[in-house]
Amino acid sequence: MKKRTLALILAVMMCVGLLAACGGDSSSEPASTPAASTPADSSAPADESTPDSTAGGEFAATMITDVGGINDESFNQSAWTGMEQLASELGVNTSFIESTKDADYAPNLEKALDASNDIIWGIGFMMKDAVAETAEANPDQLYALVDEYWEDGDLPNAIGVMFMAEQSSFLAGYAAGLKTETDHVGLVLGMESPVMDRFTNGWNAGVLYAANERGVDIRNDYVVAETFGDPAIGKAMAQKMYTDGADIVYSVAGYTGTGCIEAAKELDKWVIGVDMDQNKLAPDNVIASGLKNVGVGVYEVTKRVMNGEALGGTTVWLGISEGGAGLATTGGHLGSEIEGKVADVQALIADGTIEVPYTAEMLHAFTAAS
Amino acid sequence: MLNTIILAVSITLMYSAPLIFSALGGVITQKSGVDNIGIEGMMTFGAFVGAGVGYATGSPWFAFLMGGLAGAALAFVHAFAAITLRASQIISGVALNFIGPGLALFLCRLQFDGATQSVPVSKKMPNVLDLFGISSQSLLNVNITVVIALLLTILMAFFLYKTKWGLRIQACGEHPAAADTLGVNVYAVRYVCCTLSGLLAGLGGASMTLGVVSNFSPSVISGQGFIALAAVIFGKWTPHGAMAACLLFGFAQALVVVLGGSGIPSQLLAMLPYLLTLIVLVLFVGRSEAPKANGKPYVKGER
Repeated sequence: MKKRTLALILAVMMCVGLLAACGGDSSSEPASTPAASTPADSSAPADESTPDSTAGGEFAATMITDVGGINDESFNQSAWTGMEQLASELGVNTSFIESTKDADYAPNLEKALDASNDIIWGIGFMMKDAVAETAEANPDQLYALVDEYWEDGDLPNAIGVMFMAEQSSFLAGYAAGLKTETDHVGLVLGMESPVMDRFTNGWNAGVLYAANERGVDIRNDYVVAETFGDPAIGKAMAQKMYTDGADIVYSVAGYTGTGCIEAAKELDKWVIGVDMDQNKLAPDNVIASGLKNVGVGVYEVTKRVMNGEALGGTTVWLGISEGGAGLATTGGHLGSEIEGKVADVQALIADGTIEVPYTAEMLHAFTAAS
Repeated sequence: MLNTIILAVSITLMYSAPLIFSALGGVITQKSGVDNIGIEGMMTFGAFVGAGVGYATGSPWFAFLMGGLAGAALAFVHAFAAITLRASQIISGVALNFIGPGLALFLCRLQFDGATQSVPVSKKMPNVLDLFGISSQSLLNVNITVVIALLLTILMAFFLYKTKWGLRIQACGEHPAAADTLGVNVYAVRYVCCTLSGLLAGLGGASMTLGVVSNFSPSVISGQGFIALAAVIFGKWTPHGAMAACLLFGFAQALVVVLGGSGIPSQLLAMLPYLLTLIVLVLFVGRSEAPKANGKPYVKGER
């Protein structure tokens, strides 16, 4: 008898716990949970920070983070600043849902769908499959995905948002080519892929551009770590480049790249960060960072959708002229002369005078022409 | 050429140090008869506590120690499950492999305002030459954690084979009933050794976030714990053997780096450490036998 009561109490507690866990999300939760008839529902926090968009007719946008979470000091956080800008400037009804593991993507997309949003953002290429699946199942809902894309028209209700990494990498390469004292630089890449190769080709072109301008040969080492998550190998690879004589390394390798910055710190060399301004990881050594402004992408694309542009089924590419790419120079290590030159080249890229190559063939043509 | 050799030695040592700590942990617990496959989880937890405490207090030595104690705390849970409750040691170990990273990530988000990466510590564990006041940027100026790992190996080998206590530990792993008959408290020995293994794994994790790099991220420990366990078997359950195995693996990683960018496809290079390990295992390492009572709970008076 006693055991039974205990089991019953435990079972009830587990049910309540489950429901509370569902409702306790910091995100928008639809008012009508399917379990509305259970008595435990009343114990779920009545967290209605975001009212239904259907009520007022105002535009509603939500974003689903990848496993990094909303405060990842990287692109999820950057995306959220774009959302906040949408809220403050255009009065968009914004919210977010955090994913803590890969398996969260599908249920979170489902949640966002139930909350009737006008656009649902998936942040990060890891969500590509999950977004594709729900976009196919819900053809009336508009989706947008950062850092990945589909062939035009494949998914008429999904927008791919891509950043022209070759442009920020070109600026990085150009700055490095001007700054280097040993005429020797290097690139540590996480993995090779068409998207990642944009960094490589842009960087190589930028270094070459600087070398031609200065009339010298600059040695440009290149190595692929084959992982984004191993800082020890990144550190070792950067150590090798520095030992070989390079004085600037461009680390494009996610957390593996943290190791490159560590190596620069220990050997007192220069390093260029990527995606976000990484200067605070090593204020004396990170002389620049090739930027990917995810927030700008989220803001721009949502705004264009609000203005009635039919972007579904297309890919939006954001470069320097759209504010999606650039070079952060926090710390002033480059010096005003180089910073000025970088700004000039940035203007030349924006107005199309310099066409930055992003494939190996284009780089080849670029090399031949210069 | 000389530069390349120095680079290779330095990378080998940097890569092996966290592995050696954890492999020593694996040796001591398995020698006493408790299997601990939760090393990976304990390393991750130790890695976070090291980075988190290091950031908060600014004292790398204290943080390093706390990282070890954090691993020990998890290992104590494992010891309770495995020794007192006689639960399956595999399941308990697997559970800890999930709990360790989960707990680390949870605490990281608490301490760093929701971020999954910690802010770099202001002071890392010192490099060896810096301790003597020599400021050198030579790659041979290895981190102090490397030296600690190598010293611990010698210490443990001496302890296990040359002291009474070491022999008692081995007896508990080979034939606990016999040891019990002679008045050795099998449970106590196993508790101590299992908890020690967590302490060492925690130190291994902390040496990663306080020695190799300077901050924690969920992927900072990704597989090192399992490689360390393999090193235990590879090294035939001896401290020096396990250390040699870790050094071999570190050397393979150094080869990857030294050969990198020389035209060999990077995918092939990335396979090298594992290939090399397999080859050495097949060609040079003979039969390796686990302590006979490893993984079996001891029940007093049972035949």
